[in-house]
Amino acid sequence: MDKVDSQTLLKKGAEASLFLADWHGRKVIVKTRFPKKYRPAELDEKIRSYRTAHEPQLMHESKKAGVPTPTIFLVDMKNTAITMEFVEGKQMKQVLPHVSMKEKQELCSRVGVLIGKMHKRGVVHGDLTTSNMILDGKGKIFLVDFGLGEKTREIEARGVDLHLMKRALQSTHYQFAEECFRNVLQGYAEVWGWEDAEKVFEKTREIERRGRYVDERKQP
Amino acid sequence: MKESEAPCCLGIESTADDFGVGIVTFNGEILANVSSGYVPEEGGIHPREAARHHAETADKVLGEALSKAQIKPSDLALIAFAQGPGLGPCLRTGATVARALASYIDVPLVGVNHSVAHIEIGKLETGSVDPVTLYVSGGNTIVSAFDAARYRVFGETLDIALGNCLDVFAREANLKHKQGMSLGATLERLAADGEKLISLPYVVKGMDISFSGLLTAATTLLRKGENRLEDLCYSLQEHAFSMVTEVTERALAHTEKKEVLLTGGVAANKRLQVMLDSIAEEHDAKFNVVPRQFATDNGAMIAWTGVLAYTHGLATPINESFVKLRWRLEKVEVPWIK
Repeated sequence: MDKVDSQTLLKKGAEASLFLADWHGRKVIVKTRFPKKYRPAELDEKIRSYRTAHEPQLMHESKKAGVPTPTIFLVDMKNTAITMEFVEGKQMKQVLPHVSMKEKQELCSRVGVLIGKMHKRGVVHGDLTTSNMILDGKGKIFLVDFGLGEKTREIEARGVDLHLMKRALQSTHYQFAEECFRNVLQGYAEVWGWEDAEKVFEKTREIERRGRYVDERKQP
Repeated sequence: MKESEAPCCLGIESTADDFGVGIVTFNGEILANVSSGYVPEEGGIHPREAARHHAETADKVLGEALSKAQIKPSDLALIAFAQGPGLGPCLRTGATVARALASYIDVPLVGVNHSVAHIEIGKLETGSVDPVTLYVSGGNTIVSAFDAARYRVFGETLDIALGNCLDVFAREANLKHKQGMSLGATLERLAADGEKLISLPYVVKGMDISFSGLLTAATTLLRKGENRLEDLCYSLQEHAFSMVTEVTERALAHTEKKEVLLTGGVAANKRLQVMLDSIAEEHDAKFNVVPRQFATDNGAMIAWTGVLAYTHGLATPINESFVKLRWRLEKVEVPWIK
């Protein structure tokens, strides 16, 4: 078994803890899913194993589609831990508020291109937020945290993915959410072509019309 | 008898199956909280039948609330009503009563958002100040927290509400409303005797959740009749509650707030309370749950939110008092929170 040394806790998230560690002289992230006391052990183990096993596959698939994701080095199913490349950079969440509108538009449209490519490969991310996108020092955007993703070609799943992106922009960047989301869609359509992209956008609108998203639904 | 000389607000709740009247002083002292629930003979809530129930019992519930509070209508300084979200016929019945009352005694009227009211009564009763709130009921499943002038929705159901999922399953299993015991409470009692965890769908999408697949899977197994009902109730609860707890924990980690508040009808469930307490502890946050009598829909929460709104410059002229069936939480002005 390869040894991962000197772990320091970077972030204690809800779903997993991220440690910065050294692996053969390389800086790596160890993402560990610790047991959750609130759910029954059987269910907890099932969820943690499933996510630990699937996340690396989805990241690998996305990478093949031309979407930058951290390289996976080790998957430790016993400890439900994944060792992966440490991407040095800033979360999109921290970047977006501090750049000009033009740069916001440009970044969001690139994010849209990445989502489009990922979907084209049959991967949905499942948790598209600006915290799960990292802009590295060279200006490359990485997608991370595929723990809630799945391999599917269903248009419904793609629609939900874009809907989650919109919701994340609205709850975290409400001042410029609309403009940002418009550019995400623009980027998405560059990959798919407007005709096919519109089918996914229509699905997103349908999801919003299902009743809980007041503006999109006509009053009876 | 009220202790202070503070003015009083009467609040009317009628978004769904309960018609409730609460009387609260401007200092937050609850003088009365009376309600009458519509119990369908079979199936779920029929909006028109529920509205008929509200119209028929309004007079009695109002009278009882006033006599409990030991005040006369002319002692009231403000009328609040649940303006939405909810079922149209039910909302309109409550709004009509509120308008009539406000014009008759000639006091201001204020329309209140039902979801905000569930959060505010939880804060009033538990002393919570700035929580991540899980609001779970028959009609809503919302994880929210205050940020920049609004309660922001961090996660919610993509289809049916948690309480609805449990109620529909309970009805499929022929559980009946018992005296003083809701379907959810009956289900909770059965679940406590569950021994075997049956695998069911667990659907978390980002911060959102979906219960319809879980409900379908659970009812399909129920009809097959191969499992103990106790085990099915237990498994349904464990899956559904784990899902909402997971997204609440995500909101807690994201916002880094130091309080968790559980409110709404399903808040009365002990198992759900234990789960949320566990994640609060994990993140060094304080866990609070709304007291049982204010967990389900009630008039006191409407009255109290009406007080907050009115004392911060909000009022609803009668010609703008139309009901809002799909009034989203994040659209509501909450100038009383700094």
